[in-house]
Amino acid sequence: MKYVIRKAYWNYEKEENWLNEMASKGLALTDYSWCRYVFEECEKGKYIYRIELLDNPAKHPESNAYIKFLEGTGVEFVASYMRWIFLRKKASDGPFDLYSDLDSKIKYYKKIRSFWTVFSAMELTIGLSNVLLGIINPINFWCGIIVTSVGLCFLSLRHNVAKKIKKLFQEKKIRE
Amino acid sequence: MPESIERGALTEAVFYILLSLFTPMHGYGIMQNVSKLSSSRVNLGAGTLYGAINTLLEKNWIKSVDGDKNQRKKEYEITELGKSMVEDEIIRLQELIDNGRKIVGGEI
Repeated sequence: MKYVIRKAYWNYEKEENWLNEMASKGLALTDYSWCRYVFEECEKGKYIYRIELLDNPAKHPESNAYIKFLEGTGVEFVASYMRWIFLRKKASDGPFDLYSDLDSKIKYYKKIRSFWTVFSAMELTIGLSNVLLGIINPINFWCGIIVTSVGLCFLSLRHNVAKKIKKLFQEKKIRE
Repeated sequence: MPESIERGALTEAVFYILLSLFTPMHGYGIMQNVSKLSSSRVNLGAGTLYGAINTLLEKNWIKSVDGDKNQRKKEYEITELGKSMVEDEIIRLQELIDNGRKIVGGEI
């Protein structure tokens, strides 16, 4: 039996938590497309889910090589959306973390940070220029306000990641 | 030659990956072996391992084992250069242990 849930997430960590909650209730994600999650029933807590941002779109050969490597380690590729991939691993195989040391964690969070930098800059530029165009047309003004708020939301996500990176860097000064 | 960089400490992950590859192994084998060697203290993330393998291949410290092209999983093994890096690291670690023991004491 398939269940389709339509939901929008901006924060991939919250999204990941939600997927893991669903899995613990016995619903395993099997497919994803824009804001559309498809679940199938599974044994409660059978899988651990992770969402990862890649350097390239999921269809790119380099991404393929990485996904193939992951599959060789018992990770299952579930779905992809642009540069994001949804992965799962059987919980019985032990913990499932993609990055295990400070260096690789920092490198990964930097990738997430630049992702949000680009998107927040884009939204803020479009948003604010529309607010200015609001002098001519009020519709532009209100669209501009909405887009600007989205941009600010992205900016706060970027800020969260930046804080994490700072903490890891501090740890790295004294540890490997 | 950038000698000063080459003298730096290896990360724990890299040291254990290199040790594992004295026997040819594929990615998952390395993860399991490192976990076994360290009594489950070091559990390599697949993403971390993938990045390390690619860097080590680039630096020629490890190489892909030529095998059946159809083989599903790629196997890797340590090179002579990689082995000499491990030997240097053992000397460095031994120095740390010796100095630690000398000052803190604590014979095994």
